[in-house]
Amino acid sequence: MRRIISVLMENAPGSLSRIMGVFSQRGYNVDSLCVAPTADQSLSRLTIITEADDKVTEQITKQVNKLIDVLRVAELTDSAHVERELMLIKVSTLTEVARAEVKRNVDIFRARILDVTSQHYTIEVTGTSDKLSAFSDVMAQCAEITESARTGVCGLSRGDRALRP
Amino acid sequence: MRMMSGAAMVVEALKDVGVTHLFGYPGGAVLDIYDALFAQDVVKHILVRHEQGASHMADGYARATGKTGTVLVTSGPGATNTLTGIATAYMDSIPMVVLSGQVPSMHIGEDAFQETDMVGCSRPVVKHSFLVKRAVDIPKAIAQAYYIANSGRPGPVVVDLPKDIVNVQDSHPYVFPDDVTMRSYNPTLKGHNKQIKKAVACLLKAKRPVLYVGGGSIASEASEVITYLAERLGAPVTSTLMGLGAFSSVHKQFVGMLGMHGTLEANKSMHNADCIISLGARFDDRVTNNVEKFCPHADIIHVDIDPASISKIVNAHVPVVGSVKTVVNQIHAVLDEHDLSGQEEKLADWWEQINDWRARKCLDYVQGDTVIKPQKVIQALYEHTNGEAYVSSDVGQHQMFAALYYPFAKPRRWINSGGLGTMGFGLPAAMGVQFALPDACSVVVTGDGSIQMNIQELSTCLQYNLPIKIISLNNRALGMVRQWQDMNYKGRHSHSYMDSMPDFVKLAEAYGHVGIKVDTLDQLDDAMKRCFAEKERLVFMDIAVDQNEHVYPMQIKYGAMDDMRLSKTERT
Ligand SMILES: Cc1ncc(C[n+]2csc(CCOP(=O)(O)OP(=O)(O)O)c2C)c(N)n1
Ligand SMILES: [Mg+2]
Repeated sequence: MRRIISVLMENAPGSLSRIMGVFSQRGYNVDSLCVAPTADQSLSRLTIITEADDKVTEQITKQVNKLIDVLRVAELTDSAHVERELMLIKVSTLTEVARAEVKRNVDIFRARILDVTSQHYTIEVTGTSDKLSAFSDVMAQCAEITESARTGVCGLSRGDRALRP
Repeated sequence: MRMMSGAAMVVEALKDVGVTHLFGYPGGAVLDIYDALFAQDVVKHILVRHEQGASHMADGYARATGKTGTVLVTSGPGATNTLTGIATAYMDSIPMVVLSGQVPSMHIGEDAFQETDMVGCSRPVVKHSFLVKRAVDIPKAIAQAYYIANSGRPGPVVVDLPKDIVNVQDSHPYVFPDDVTMRSYNPTLKGHNKQIKKAVACLLKAKRPVLYVGGGSIASEASEVITYLAERLGAPVTSTLMGLGAFSSVHKQFVGMLGMHGTLEANKSMHNADCIISLGARFDDRVTNNVEKFCPHADIIHVDIDPASISKIVNAHVPVVGSVKTVVNQIHAVLDEHDLSGQEEKLADWWEQINDWRARKCLDYVQGDTVIKPQKVIQALYEHTNGEAYVSSDVGQHQMFAALYYPFAKPRRWINSGGLGTMGFGLPAAMGVQFALPDACSVVVTGDGSIQMNIQELSTCLQYNLPIKIISLNNRALGMVRQWQDMNYKGRHSHSYMDSMPDFVKLAEAYGHVGIKVDTLDQLDDAMKRCFAEKERLVFMDIAVDQNEHVYPMQIKYGAMDDMRLSKTERT
């Protein structure tokens, strides 16, 4: 089962490698990882997507929680939450038809064109991972994808639940 | 405010945390720290012969006392040589701090001379690590390192110190922190009251309870409260290899060690129990045998300070996170509200059953007239030391014989590498014990293979006059490997014997010690007497034992806990 694990940790050198160490040492997989400092710059927030059953998920959260640098760990998939991922995708559009088709889909997916050259569009799209994949599939049909980059999922619980230090 | 160099700060901070012994070996990156050590005698430095030795000495020191052991090594090879020792301590949750030199900050990442990423190399086997970037941060890093190493579930901590920040020429303000607490690290000591009540209900309902005691009981100094718990409940007690001594092995309720080489009565009791309370043990694969078949009738109460240990291997019915000592005290408080007078009668059938298993006398062996059985040596050792020795062991058959035939009545007397199974651990560990407890009888039980893995430390023993007694069970083989080859590989002894054994007596003498060779049974007693009469000197006893002896009982692979071989021909 796909899990979203959210971690609040000290924004200190080595913290991230320790968390990744837990995954590699114990044979857990990381599908995506998203990390940045929080509003309080001394802390970092990580969102990890992994594929795991209940028992493994429990172990992951416990083992990560055990790290000295880690303040809080929560599994978001447990309860109501929101999740978003951002993708930047560059497509080459050689014909007018292709350009029109790309623009039409950008509107449908509520994406944004960030950069235009005579032969390329660079597009920003946010949403769930599924939406991003769907957009990418559509782009592949109407243009040629030159490159793309995704941030990995980041997520928060709904309502008043929160990871607080 | 006191001003001093980074190197002086290292030494000052060690004094401030109360370090008295430092096991180390110098080199380029730590010469400044060594220079600062020279100027004082509060922190006693012990010059080892190999950094692995230093790490096991610090470990033995910690196991015998509960205090954190300290190591100081140079960068690169000095640091990597400690990794086996760090991993050994990590697996057995032993508090240790390793101070490693590092190349100057500006050269980190350049593949400079003797540069290794020590924080990276050690990451999977430490509780935590620090790469200190500024001299002013040294006192806090050291204070936190000791706090982390010896709180919660103890473990090793590495403090990596780049050479430029410890430069003896510089001067910085020294401030030792008043408070080392960290917002991200708050170990839970006290069990949840609701869980404690559930645990008590489970224990009182049980007709066939077992107390399963592990290393965490020693770490939390819980011997007394566990003994009282066992006696109040009238329940049998078993122990892991790591927990031996936490509950007295000569107590009438003790049924022996459990697991792979556990006694028949211990493994049978576990398998047939209806309630097991695990106190600081972690259901290691050397205990459970096939997890699928593990203790099918038991409700499991799992007390551990590390939440990640609970339900990792075996699902706990009543998980209790907390220190063993605190939790057992909480259990006592709840038990105070109950009438326990019916316990003895309630468990009468259980004890009758256990006594039947005991009657099998699974540890009996046949000692002939001449060739010495390894078990016999351990029993002789027990007699000659009145069961009072600190026994450090290496890894192999001799280790299991020591665990089974030397009943430990007190905690911290049995010093062995349980989790990692590190050959070469015994001698340096016994040295650590002797440094910590100069008047104690510090003994090593070792084998002809293991002793050669850190034998260079005999030289350190001479330098510091350590009167250690080395009991080497010489079977001219890597006996434990050979045993497995006998059992699982049709007796094909692939590279498990050594046909170029040194003359250990001469070797001991060459290092300035006493060597005694024992070949036959009739010599054993006198030789032991001579050995323990040598109060001031190290004695190396090279004792020829039966090469073909196997350690029994032994669990049968893929079976339940109590599926065991009892001898070469009998099984359960
Ligand atoms: C460093 C290390 N290497 C290899 C092993 C695997 N091993 C376990 S027991 C053993 C044999 C030990 O021989 P010895 O010290 O003579 O003890 P004996 O079993 O003969 O009593 C070996 C090689 C180990 N535990 N540690
Ligand atoms: Mg041997």
